[in-house]
Amino acid sequence: MSTVELDQVRKIYPNGYEAVHGIDLDIAEGELMVLVGPSGCGKTTVLRMIAGLESITGGQLRFGDKVVNDLSPKDRDIAMVFQNYALYPHMTVAGNIGFALRLRNLPKDEIDRKVKEAGKILGLTEWLDRKPAQLSGGQRQRVAMGRAIVRNPSVFLMDEPLSNLDAKLRVQMRAQVSQIQRTVGVATVYVTHDQTEAMTMGDRVAVMRAGRLQQCGPPQHLYDHPDNLFVAAFIGSPAMNLFEATLTEGCRSVRLGSQEVALGDELRVTHPALAAYGGKKVVVGVRPESLPAVHDGSPATADTRLVGDVTLVEALGSELQVHFNIDAKRVYAEEAMDEDEIAAGGGVARVAPHTAAVAGERLTFAVDTAALHFFDADSGAAIWN
Amino acid sequence: MRSPVRKGWHRYINGITVATTLTVLFVTLPILFMLVSSFKGTAGIGSAAIYPKDPSLINYNTAFSQYTFARYILNSVIVSVTSTALVLALATPAGYALGRLPMRGKMPLLVALLMISVFPAIAVIAPMFLLMRQIGWTNSYQALVVPYTAFNLPFSIWIIRNYMMGIPKEMEETARIDGASPIRTLVSIILPPARPGLFTAGIFTFTACWTEFLMSLSFNSDNNFRTIPVGIALFGGQYQIPYGTIFAASCVAAIPIAILVFIFRRSVVSGLTAGAVKG
Repeated sequence: MSTVELDQVRKIYPNGYEAVHGIDLDIAEGELMVLVGPSGCGKTTVLRMIAGLESITGGQLRFGDKVVNDLSPKDRDIAMVFQNYALYPHMTVAGNIGFALRLRNLPKDEIDRKVKEAGKILGLTEWLDRKPAQLSGGQRQRVAMGRAIVRNPSVFLMDEPLSNLDAKLRVQMRAQVSQIQRTVGVATVYVTHDQTEAMTMGDRVAVMRAGRLQQCGPPQHLYDHPDNLFVAAFIGSPAMNLFEATLTEGCRSVRLGSQEVALGDELRVTHPALAAYGGKKVVVGVRPESLPAVHDGSPATADTRLVGDVTLVEALGSELQVHFNIDAKRVYAEEAMDEDEIAAGGGVARVAPHTAAVAGERLTFAVDTAALHFFDADSGAAIWN
Repeated sequence: MRSPVRKGWHRYINGITVATTLTVLFVTLPILFMLVSSFKGTAGIGSAAIYPKDPSLINYNTAFSQYTFARYILNSVIVSVTSTALVLALATPAGYALGRLPMRGKMPLLVALLMISVFPAIAVIAPMFLLMRQIGWTNSYQALVVPYTAFNLPFSIWIIRNYMMGIPKEMEETARIDGASPIRTLVSIILPPARPGLFTAGIFTFTACWTEFLMSLSFNSDNNFRTIPVGIALFGGQYQIPYGTIFAASCVAAIPIAILVFIFRRSVVSGLTAGAVKG
């Protein structure tokens, strides 16, 4: 058991490319920290530096009080699960799980006992004599987990361990992996590009982009209080709607294209820093669930309404996802959204099922102004207080 | 419209079967002729009969009794097995290094290897003969083992390298994290899945050594060091060529290769396609 501390850890490749620009991160004992970001953001490099598979160019990496920068992987007492599992195809499941123990020359009966124990935790007991080729994807994934937990490492590293599974199995394994991690109670660094995985599994989530840490905190905190446009757009699905807007003098309302939405007094109290932006351009963010459709008896007053041209309605049963256009300019956070989302354009609202939303017609939304997010139009930083 | 399903043996008659049969016949006919003729007596040897009249083992008997064919076999086994073992021992680490380790000048090295492997032996035979005579290696096993190893090494390195490249690097990294030394990693993690590649390289090398003629003829003139191909070619005397005996000896010589390929046929096929499919 130990903590993991990254202190200004940097990675510069021999060709001069700086993959990771000085990252600070503390992972507590037993904590599951998810590193998430678009591909090429440096999250895997960070993980490989923690593992010792990649040298550290600058800064310090500590396990507990011990600086491990220059320790070889085997001396770091870590276990790692790879995306492709990297099982040894010529060994049985038991052979795979017990390989590390055999390398340590443990007595045979102790290896057997530990392998069986791991097999039991992972539900692999009846497969111990099989070869990896005879297993399903989920079972292989569990063997890879077994290989990691049997060693009783002080740090657990996982590099996109679920991305090779199909969607349904991934959801199942998500729960299983967090459960196993809690049982073992070891500091864990989990890398993924999937924000849903990050949200559901992480005790804390660290969002990375282009080799820099954007924000780190509990999932709900990231969702509610994104520090910048990138985090706002990356966390959450469907993504937050971001529009160019102008605050009126005194911040009494915000102008979105040709429409104006009134801002309540309490917003000016919770976001005093907004005052400096009176009469200036900002980026307004609104989560899809903060845009309910107006219906009869809706509490929203007329001046917090927003009218959109519906372009597409997706019925999910529990809700409708309504894609709409308004005449304000959409803002995109680079790399945070996938191509399809950008191509679709417009905004998305999650409204109650049975709402009369029809593509090609107009729909009026009641903006939950207390849940609006404001960002500096130039720097993209959130305007909080 | 669906064509009616044909019943009985008729359903085997189609373009593909006919073409396949013709191809197989074309390829195997010489071998078949050799096999059949080796059982023919002196009288029927000139005939193109498919079945030998009065099949006999006389030719096989002659090969072993009148000539020192057993000696040739022994020589071939010694030379081929030693060369193959040496090639595999050298090509495995070389292929691993070229396939997996970060290295400067990898590509020029690989191209050089490829060029060497297609270099015609006839071009170097004369200088090599002089060299062998200088160092006193003529009429010895090493006169064949050393050049055979040298000539077969490049191609084997290529085959093994391609196979090594198909093994995910995460397997090595996991082993490293688990605490395996580089040697242990190569032996218990990399080599087992790379085995088909080793078999392929091994069979190609063995076959090449087993059938090599030119160097064997040039470097070893002493009958005690002759290998099978040279031995068979020198059967007979000035006025007659004992075709039956030659056929019989050739059949015996083909057996080890046939057995090897039969045992390792699956590995060979996967070994040859490794780089292409898994790239």
